[in-house]
Amino acid sequence: MKTKKQKAVTYWKKNLRYLLILLTIWFLVSYGAGILFKDFLDTFQIGGFKLGFWFAQQGSIYTFVILIFVYVRLMNRLDKKYGYDEEPSKNETL
Amino acid sequence: MSVQNWTYILVGLTFALYIGIAIWSRANSTKEFYVAGGGVSPWANGMATAADWMSAASFISMAGIIAFAGYDGSVYLMGWTGGYVLLALLLAPYLRKFGKFTVPDFIGERYYSKTARIVAVFCALLVSFTYVAGQMRGVGVVFSRFLEVNIDTGVIIGMIIVLFYAVLGGMKGITYTQVAQYCVLIFAFMVPAIFISIQMTGNPVPQLGMGTTLNDSSGIYLLEKLNGLSTELGFTEYTDGTKSTVDVFAITLALMVGTAGLPHVIVRFFTVKRVRDARKSAGIALLLIAILYTTAPAVAVFAKTNLIETVSDRPYSEMPPWFKNWENTGLLVFEDKNENGTIQYLANEKENELTVDRDIMVLANPEIAKLPAWVIALVAAGGLAAALSTAAGLLLVISSSVSHDLIKSVFKPSISEKGELFAARISAIVAVMVAGYFGINPPGFVAAVVALAFGLAAASFFPAIVLGIFYKKMSKEGAVAGMIVGISLMLFYMLKFKFGVFDGGKEAVDGLSKDWWFGISPEGFGAVAMMVNFIVALVINGLTPAPPMEVQEIVEDIRIPLGEGDAQVH
Repeated sequence: MKTKKQKAVTYWKKNLRYLLILLTIWFLVSYGAGILFKDFLDTFQIGGFKLGFWFAQQGSIYTFVILIFVYVRLMNRLDKKYGYDEEPSKNETL
Repeated sequence: MSVQNWTYILVGLTFALYIGIAIWSRANSTKEFYVAGGGVSPWANGMATAADWMSAASFISMAGIIAFAGYDGSVYLMGWTGGYVLLALLLAPYLRKFGKFTVPDFIGERYYSKTARIVAVFCALLVSFTYVAGQMRGVGVVFSRFLEVNIDTGVIIGMIIVLFYAVLGGMKGITYTQVAQYCVLIFAFMVPAIFISIQMTGNPVPQLGMGTTLNDSSGIYLLEKLNGLSTELGFTEYTDGTKSTVDVFAITLALMVGTAGLPHVIVRFFTVKRVRDARKSAGIALLLIAILYTTAPAVAVFAKTNLIETVSDRPYSEMPPWFKNWENTGLLVFEDKNENGTIQYLANEKENELTVDRDIMVLANPEIAKLPAWVIALVAAGGLAAALSTAAGLLLVISSSVSHDLIKSVFKPSISEKGELFAARISAIVAVMVAGYFGINPPGFVAAVVALAFGLAAASFFPAIVLGIFYKKMSKEGAVAGMIVGISLMLFYMLKFKFGVFDGGKEAVDGLSKDWWFGISPEGFGAVAMMVNFIVALVINGLTPAPPMEVQEIVEDIRIPLGEGDAQVH
């Protein structure tokens, strides 16, 4: 049986691991694909887009949105597992 | 019906809607005034955050800036969206758990110090005032262009509207008007974009249309065509930039971190009920923002191609009516240097005969594409919604900084609930007046400073908040020193390289770019100042005692979602 404090510490460590993975992707799609490796990726083409240019003006933004929703799901699951999930509020709908 | 009449009708209707909402959602307590009572649903907060975030600059100027900057414009697209990932992952859930009213509240309590709170208030006021002046100006410009009143009258009308719902409703009024404003502005942005995308590429989704072939059965990709047109006229290829990689990197970073550190954005996450709602509403906000931010680069490509095709090497006498209309406003200037009666639009400044203000790309786009009058009027209503919603959010930060962080927390802690609410309303009125004054008498540097507000936020708040959450042993001395050094360095760099204060004024600025530190422009320097803030904070922290146990317990507590304190009067 874990103590309350240990539980909080492992929960926090899990959270930090998620952050590290998600922020690495965040960095790679924007600063990596959109800026540092842009010229290399521009040698590839998807439809009318050069790939590096697409990442800079479209792809990175789509990825950002997905990253946040992935984090929301991961953390909701983690909260539940550790018993930190909150009461559903009255105005859950809308 | 004429564009003018359509504009009166659409703007009148939307304004009536905002005022109606303001009357329905009056604030009766400080909790309602500062954080809308703390019970806003994630969707409503997401929409309000998106409207709060997207200012006149996003709506009117951004697509135009990208149209002329090509790939270099990506810094705004990535910078102003990527910050939400930082917000959702590093700040919003923990600040919601902390559960107070303002950003200086967090800084003041986490760093157990009045000094820290006062430094934070100073930074919040500096950032918000530089930002809000530009918004009032935006309101004035839209009014003057579409309703033919002069800019000053436009600013005053805008002031009265904002005053009405910000003072009456506080955060509660602002939140629900912003929900309505989001709907207006996104509709107004998307309708013309979809029309034009169908016209040019046959694809109704602008994000895809931008990457497909032209509608004229030539089989040429739109971007390829634009690259060709650009090089023909002597510009660099549209999909390539002229800025150095290090500068693009720095500007993107400064904008991202600045976004995550802007008080008027952060405070929105105090208004939801639970920690999980804070995470979710950050995701919803970015999703709603991304709709506009992924469409804007498409609009930029459509508009630039349309513009070049319509004007380049064509006789001046054959120009369509919109060309003359915008010439009258002075935002489009044609000067027939070689006197051959045709328009030479070229990269070479000596031979170029056409000067186009970036702002007209979004505003004139529907006219260039010959869309119906109601679509053109809709764009005016959308621009106003964008400017007003951002102005209101900023004014609330200013008024709560004064009434809550200065009066209630520092000068007169004994003030009653009623007295504080009254003080909040008075500060909101004063803030609107000051903002209006700057809107009518814009100091020449407003436009430049708005972009730099991000650098200031990045250099001050972001490190202090992140360290406050992720580093339990961070001491007040370290955090305060970091904020002061960070924001001072940013101010110094701005004054030196943006305003030429130490080298003989604005005229000297262009010559100074070769002296930029590491080749980084003032717009991107926030990234460096932020790093310096982190380093100073950590070094000083090593030399000073760790924070008291109860503060470390607060930090442990905000890391766990369960049992969050409701935002309470304290």
